[in-house]
Amino acid sequence: MVAGIVSYGGYVPRYRITPKEIGNVWGVDGEAMGRSLGITAKSVPSPDEDVITISVEAARACLRKVDVAPTDIGAIYVGSESHPYAVKPTATVVAEAIGSTPVMTAADFEFACKAGTAAIQACMGLTLSDMIKYGMAVGSDTSQGAPGDALEFSASAGGAALLIGKENLIAEINHTVSYTTDTPDFWRREGQQYPSHGGRFTGEPAYFKHVMSCAKLLMEKAKSKPEDYNYAVFHQPNGKFPVKVGRTLGFEDKQLDAGMLVRSIGNTYSGAVLLGLCSILDRAVPGDRIFMVGYGSGAGSDAFDITVTSNIKKLKHAETIEEMTRDAKFLDYGTYAKFRGKLRMRGD
Amino acid sequence: MATPRFWREIPSRYNLIGTKCGSCGTLDFPPRAVCPKCGRKSVGKMMKQKLSGIGTIISYTIVYDAPSSFDLLKPYVLAVIELKEGARLTSQIINVEPGDVKIGMRVEAVFRKLGQEGEAGILQYGYKFKPVTGQGKSPATA
Ligand SMILES: [Zn+2]
Repeated sequence: MVAGIVSYGGYVPRYRITPKEIGNVWGVDGEAMGRSLGITAKSVPSPDEDVITISVEAARACLRKVDVAPTDIGAIYVGSESHPYAVKPTATVVAEAIGSTPVMTAADFEFACKAGTAAIQACMGLTLSDMIKYGMAVGSDTSQGAPGDALEFSASAGGAALLIGKENLIAEINHTVSYTTDTPDFWRREGQQYPSHGGRFTGEPAYFKHVMSCAKLLMEKAKSKPEDYNYAVFHQPNGKFPVKVGRTLGFEDKQLDAGMLVRSIGNTYSGAVLLGLCSILDRAVPGDRIFMVGYGSGAGSDAFDITVTSNIKKLKHAETIEEMTRDAKFLDYGTYAKFRGKLRMRGD
Repeated sequence: MATPRFWREIPSRYNLIGTKCGSCGTLDFPPRAVCPKCGRKSVGKMMKQKLSGIGTIISYTIVYDAPSSFDLLKPYVLAVIELKEGARLTSQIINVEPGDVKIGMRVEAVFRKLGQEGEAGILQYGYKFKPVTGQGKSPATA
């Protein structure tokens, strides 16, 4: 018996800002910055959106595709590094808003950008051990870079939810492996509004080492090669890292393109690899095999080998990620700063 | 809004749970303990009912002079919406330019932050409405 994906859903806020617009304010060539990051725009949450609302919208989008009783969901885990409360779980609001309460367990996960993939693994364990029938794993973020910091060009907002179970799978998770070390590449101390990062240090010993090692472990375990997969999706802090890691491993660009949402919506942190997977599942056909590797600073990677089943054709029609991201509205920097609380308001 | 009152209203604010009178069938939102038409006859016969969240704008106004908690959103649209099931409610309409709102526009409920009790208080969430996707909306203003 394998565990896998019963349904999936994503949510991306409607607002966008371009690197050019951000660069204009800070006196840098934003267009060049965008090109070097491989990003044409990033999503921006409205002032009434946060990780809780994004997670609820993703969870509801996930349940709209199937006839699963919300009360059959025995666990909800929400992975994020921008939970609105320091103490009070996002997952309880999601559970209430989709009607899963009260006989269930819930918790928030935190592991930089890979808390959502950690939640998938926890749900797999609980379903495979028959402790629960279905589990929901959510990854979502509304991360911020300090004004003028390089991160400001890419840090965006979005999230996705996967319903994990053992029956009526639209995709089987054949294998999963993880690779974890103590690496101080990116962090945020309690009470700090913006994260800190180790600059160039975030590349080789952090992202590349963990993603590459985890990807190789997965292919050893699955006895597979890059050409065995129709699609591959890697954590995408920018448009360059996942392409570099994919090519180095032997994947071709055509396997990567479908999952590269970062190009048009920026880095959604915990939402990134899951939204990439949603975008792939939107176009996948039975038999397609998907290679997925998440990454979280601090640092670790979770990798998944996934095969799409014929049940994917039975999902109810719903808005695709591509359709959702088409209705974008671009902001100027002033409105963006107001939306993101970068201005100190009277009375603050 | 005080925390205890908001907590009691979570089912209606998160999931549009209204009531249906078991005597005459009238649907109410927000939920009621007694049917306004049947009075005592309805006592003990009021049933919970989840509403679809799909409706139509009956009337609207554009708010420029907003309370401080809505400062970041103004100007915004406040509308009376008739739900598919017949019940009416008032809600903010989002994801649309104020000038593009029309009476008769089809809207659907979404989950948003409604407010907060100051910087340290609880966050309040619930429904707002947005135009139903793909109903001849003007293309994304860029
Ligand atoms: Zn009645």
